[in-house]
Amino acid sequence: MNAIEVRKISKSYGKLKAVNEVSLEVQEGELFGLIGPDGAGKTTLFRLLATLIAPDSGSASLAGYDIVKEYHAIRSCVGYMPGRFSLYPDLTVEENLNFFAALFNVTVEESYDLVAPIYKQIEPFRERRAGKLSGGMKQKLALSCALIHRPKVLFLDEPTTGVDAVSRKEFWDMLQRLKEKGITILVSTPYMDEASRCDRIALCNEGRILGIDTPTGIVNGFRSPLYGIKAKNMFALLEEARKARGVEDCYPFGESHHLVADSEFNLDNFKKDFDGFEGFFIEPVEPTIEDMFIKLMKQ
Amino acid sequence: MKDIVISVRNLTKKFGSFTAVDNVSFDVRRGEIFGFLGANGAGKTTAMRMLCGLSYPTSGSGSVAGYDIISQSEEIKRHIGYMSQKFSLYNDLTVWENIDLFAGIYGLGRADTKERAVKLLRRLNFEQERDTLVGSLPLGWKQKLAFAIATIHNPEVVFLDEPTGGVDPITRRQFWELIYEATERGTTIFVTTHYMDEAEYCSRVSIMVDGEVRALDTPAHLKQQFAASSMDEVFRTLARGATRGE
Repeated sequence: MNAIEVRKISKSYGKLKAVNEVSLEVQEGELFGLIGPDGAGKTTLFRLLATLIAPDSGSASLAGYDIVKEYHAIRSCVGYMPGRFSLYPDLTVEENLNFFAALFNVTVEESYDLVAPIYKQIEPFRERRAGKLSGGMKQKLALSCALIHRPKVLFLDEPTTGVDAVSRKEFWDMLQRLKEKGITILVSTPYMDEASRCDRIALCNEGRILGIDTPTGIVNGFRSPLYGIKAKNMFALLEEARKARGVEDCYPFGESHHLVADSEFNLDNFKKDFDGFEGFFIEPVEPTIEDMFIKLMKQ
Repeated sequence: MKDIVISVRNLTKKFGSFTAVDNVSFDVRRGEIFGFLGANGAGKTTAMRMLCGLSYPTSGSGSVAGYDIISQSEEIKRHIGYMSQKFSLYNDLTVWENIDLFAGIYGLGRADTKERAVKLLRRLNFEQERDTLVGSLPLGWKQKLAFAIATIHNPEVVFLDEPTGGVDPITRRQFWELIYEATERGTTIFVTTHYMDEAEYCSRVSIMVDGEVRALDTPAHLKQQFAASSMDEVFRTLARGATRGE
């Protein structure tokens, strides 16, 4: 059985189609990523699956329960960590954890083995009010509260937004350990470089899914030759490269520009034509998730 | 020197016994895209506030756009631009009202504002949108407008705070193109971010750890120096040694 099944689900707010006929399946024990920018519909999808709002059309099930008819059953098997800090700022760390345990009719002791690796890091501050914690500590507390009832499925909405690179890596390591305990995880992020930490990903944009596959599978779908080009004057280089023969697309990509070639592209001719640029350099590069995202958005 | 737009020497800021910024020195050259990185709590925001004339150093000195950060902080505010991904424009004001408001804040006169606003709208191809509420514009348009407004008074330096977080990959690139274009005209860009892929766009990058600048070089040299394949790795190697948190 799939842990999550979504079939052509839609949700609009006025004219805005926040989620537009989205379908996906997440297997039990999978770490599945929703990758996409603001406005992609990630949060709306979480809210639908967490039974906080009802779809306009389509259906979905979680652990076999229908999100509309059996919403009550779903609530006890889902842990949800929203993008905005949603614990009680004027309760202490410990009070928050006890409160969520009580809500779900469990005791902290019953689930302690599951939350301990995370909760232990903030336990020294258990008497501090949640509102007074640093960003990283708030996140650990929120995750502990979301896990306190041993959910089958864990929803994490942009857990790493606003978090620095070191803490981000620690967070993904932590998710890996939760996955090893058999918890199915659906996590969203606007950061493409985090996609490789997932088993499978869905690329989302403006309410739709552009593609679903393993991170490697997504990247392998990029079939055009791709080059990195550099020169001293990057802006002029970009403008010229776009006009060159055989160039399907060219866009800034950090230190170099990425050049997507089509069948008319000839590397030797291109080199000759661009030799006049001071510091000109071209080399083949491996596509990334972001290159594929751009390609899919333009289709 | 005319080609140094930002210069700080031994910049230090203490809050009680806590040294938020510890003896920092660096120069930013005209037309550079200068990345200012650091983990949460490393002292980035405190340092940037001093550069923008919003707070005074405990010791040390510095100048921004030719003005002294201690004695001429009001001048600095008029001669820099600022834009953040989190907040840049008022959604419930129209395009024109936003331009008018910010031009006023930057101290432009009526006639001057009108002339520059018309030019700005023409350059962005936004003439039909002058009376549209900013809140109803697509994100990519908003960002272009925000950047154009942050530079309406022709500042020598623009401070960008995580400019492209959460933005789709195409819009993000359009934004970096605007930045490249601005640097072509001689504008200097100062970017703070903790997203390392934004750092890869910078001409040079500094990395703060525990209040000090621990590394400063081009992304290519930094990667070489730390035998790393990405700026993410460089950053993690440096920041792992941090002794203080947020």
